[in-house]
Amino acid sequence: MAQLTMIQAITEALKTEMKNDENVLVFGEDVGNNGGVFRATEGLQKEFGEDRVFDTPLAESGIGGLAIGLALQGYRPVPEIQFFGFVFEVMDSISGQMARMRFRSGGSLNSPVTIRSPFGGGVHTPEMHADSLEGLMAAQPGLKVVIPSTPYDAKGLLISAIRDNDPVIFLEHMKLYRSFRQEVPEEEYTIPLGKADVKREGKDLTIIAYGAMVQESMKAAEELEKENYSVEVVDLRTIQPLDIETIIASVEKTGRAMVVQEAQKQAGIAASVVAEITDRAILTLEAPVLRVTAPDSVFPFSQAEQVWLPNSKDIVETAKKVLTF
Amino acid sequence: MAAKKSQQFDPVETLNAIEEKFEMVQILNEEGEIVNEEADPKLSDEDLQELMTRMVYTRILDQRSISLNRQGRLGFYAPTAGQEASQLASHFALTKEDFILPGYRDVPQLIWHGWPLHQAFLFSRGHFMGNQMAEGLNILPPQIIIGAQIIQAAGVALGMQKRKKDAVAVTYTGDGGSSQGDFYEGLNFAGAFRAPAIFIVQNNQYAISTPRELQTSAKTIAQKAVSAGIPGVLVDGMDPLAVYAVTRDARERAVKGDGPTLIETLCYRYGPHTMAGDDPTRYRTSDIDSEWEKKDPLVRFRKYLEAKGIWDEAKENEVIEKAKEEIKAAIKKADGAPKQKVSDLLEIMYEDVPFNVQEQLDIYKAKESK
Repeated sequence: MAQLTMIQAITEALKTEMKNDENVLVFGEDVGNNGGVFRATEGLQKEFGEDRVFDTPLAESGIGGLAIGLALQGYRPVPEIQFFGFVFEVMDSISGQMARMRFRSGGSLNSPVTIRSPFGGGVHTPEMHADSLEGLMAAQPGLKVVIPSTPYDAKGLLISAIRDNDPVIFLEHMKLYRSFRQEVPEEEYTIPLGKADVKREGKDLTIIAYGAMVQESMKAAEELEKENYSVEVVDLRTIQPLDIETIIASVEKTGRAMVVQEAQKQAGIAASVVAEITDRAILTLEAPVLRVTAPDSVFPFSQAEQVWLPNSKDIVETAKKVLTF
Repeated sequence: MAAKKSQQFDPVETLNAIEEKFEMVQILNEEGEIVNEEADPKLSDEDLQELMTRMVYTRILDQRSISLNRQGRLGFYAPTAGQEASQLASHFALTKEDFILPGYRDVPQLIWHGWPLHQAFLFSRGHFMGNQMAEGLNILPPQIIIGAQIIQAAGVALGMQKRKKDAVAVTYTGDGGSSQGDFYEGLNFAGAFRAPAIFIVQNNQYAISTPRELQTSAKTIAQKAVSAGIPGVLVDGMDPLAVYAVTRDARERAVKGDGPTLIETLCYRYGPHTMAGDDPTRYRTSDIDSEWEKKDPLVRFRKYLEAKGIWDEAKENEVIEKAKEEIKAAIKKADGAPKQKVSDLLEIMYEDVPFNVQEQLDIYKAKESK
């Protein structure tokens, strides 16, 4: 089995589905000859031709609208939004149109579009490149929102996303693109959307996280193990819909839970997860369910990134509050 | 069966006729010779020297910024070499009362409009103090979202019109930016209100890797003005005199109440898109590079000024030394800025601090004082 980075696993998934289904089209800004600014689409234009892998004029709203139209002609578009901070330019196409196509046609039409986009902090990008805007997407009925945390998950989830008949927002954390390698099978495989993954088993505390915060939570769990705490880490993988079953099963086992997100605290995914836990498992809880998040400012200009982003130290600190409540 | 051609109206012919009208304005050719005497803006010797000074200074600033970036002493940087005439000669036609809405490559115009150099460096490093604008400095921080500033320029211009100011709003974008919806909305709104705006598209041939031909089927970007019912002009963006002249004319029309103008400057960026990993050899050949280098704005302007006897090597070296010194001093000043804290960021979120932000401010301030 090959040792791949997340970006390579993503390219593999795109190749797999382009081979499997001639209706899969890849397009966006600089995705053709240049292979994307992160090289996620490297080599695809050469292999599948300009007809199926192409550069668009520079307009995110155009890319979104084009995807909807191509889908209406039976294609399965996999457009790239170059950085997810640019999503505001294409919000109407995503939230106002794509997400509602099935609903407003009385269930007769659909938008099988997978929007891929890099996001996430810690890599010193300029403004509007690194924001965690998944909450905005998760708040739109009609969308599915997927955020892989490992190369293996990225490949299986992206294949599932492309095959899904509803619109999927597939968010790729920039810091994870090349930070580590993992064994990724060459053959195709899928990971179902809406299924969380227990990345580490434990019995004293459940940490629920996604994206780059999974790695930070794993580090925190290792730290806590040194103090004889057994910590379970649940990687949501899909934040809309949430895998309630896995979350609740874990919380019922440990009796203590916390949620970690890179996004700001206000109106976030973590708040949704906490609400689901208290709705369904409050009597099994030994302590309040706490959150570790970024503060409620705009994503910082790059110089302050490191003090702004949540990290394993913050997670350990909060975990101890939950563990010793 | 072929469609029958209408006797009255042939849309293809109309299109061709319009496209042919958009010929490139040039005043100073590659050899530094005046080729359009009538259009020569007849700048004074002092003005010519000042414009050359700014272009040379900016070329040095670009070289230094690239090397500081490579040393890890600057952050985000979008190289400007090749675009000096487009940027600085257009800016030369403005007054301090004019308001600039820039894209991220337009740092030079902001500096010559009065943005202190050390603040530009702080902006590059991602420090919030870089973007703190002094009162009366009529600029926005460089816009990161492609084209978002263009429609805002229509708003600034309409405001100036309502306030009866003798000033214009000037916005810059690139060939890629002309594909954004905001571009069309900006042109159309400013046209509909006859607002005093100048829209400058620096067509440097590539939007990151995407060549101009893939942006639009239109022969020129300048002709897009026609759809908004405003004047458009295509200009040699490597020719400082032509860029100056068309911008000055656009400004005169705007302050007279004759509405906005779209200017397309044909130019080239010698460097990568930004210093964050773009590799131009993946999408451009060195032949294309050297073809454009022959058109270099500094080379032709130097020849012109030398022939007039108002520029020489000593003068140029003086400018280069001054630039280097000022850049050094500005970096030192930027180094002295206080370390950015989370509490600084929370404090600039709202005028009246809400509960959630106050609670976090208290937590971070306590942590930061440790």
